[in-house]
Amino acid sequence: MGFPDRIERSVEIAHPPASVWAALTTAEGLGTWFGEAATIDLRPGGLAEMTWTSGEKASMRIERVEEPTVFGYTWGINGLPDDDPRRTYVEFTLEPAGSGTRLTVVESGFAQLRDDSYRKAFDGNIEGWGHELGELVEYLDAIAA
Amino acid sequence: MPSRPDIESVAEEVFTALADPTRRTILAELAARGPATATDLATRLPITRQAIAKHLALLAEAGLVAAEPGERRRVRYRLRSAPMQIAQQFLAALARDWDSQLASLQDHLNAAVAAQSTRKNEGKEPS
Repeated sequence: MGFPDRIERSVEIAHPPASVWAALTTAEGLGTWFGEAATIDLRPGGLAEMTWTSGEKASMRIERVEEPTVFGYTWGINGLPDDDPRRTYVEFTLEPAGSGTRLTVVESGFAQLRDDSYRKAFDGNIEGWGHELGELVEYLDAIAA
Repeated sequence: MPSRPDIESVAEEVFTALADPTRRTILAELAARGPATATDLATRLPITRQAIAKHLALLAEAGLVAAEPGERRRVRYRLRSAPMQIAQQFLAALARDWDSQLASLQDHLNAAVAAQSTRKNEGKEPS
């Protein structure tokens, strides 16, 4: 079984880079083809959010803004808890191709956890609830005494 | 056996464990209601204690449950979530559907251009 760390796709789009850039980096664009609504603060370190009527939400932290060629952000990994610090990095690269654009998207970091860190992360996680609940019990015991 | 299993073998063990309906039931029960002994699980689930003990031993060996120290019949097992999270990362990569998203982006751009030319044509018609 191969464990994919990185996903890469390239497509030729029959529209100029400026149009593709707008679709990728404006609330109107992101909220149309990707999410069902979106907000974006377009600058490195800025936040963007896409929402769906199902209640799902994707929160992105923008890392690279080099109009109209590179747009990069990080976001959480589907299926992990919201507060999990692990995120994947998504980078869109736009290159003129004739009258259109060659758009490449690379998402990396799916296998970012290393052999030696996962035991630690894991043990931290399993101890987490047991520890919190233990403290709650101690607290309740103390106020009851 | 390597002392430090790599990510792939962790994910593989999770998927192997989840391939069996009895083990799925046991893991789901531990996830929902917390640590339990084989006897606890046998009273709650339609599975014999012997079968549960056998599956718990296998799950413990795969690192998916951990035995808490105790007397033999009173050993409680608890879920270890980290291997599941490793497997989730693998699934997340499979579920990230960039093909659909990029097709949707192209549709969006085509629709935007079509709407523009329609507006232009409509503007021209009265003249």
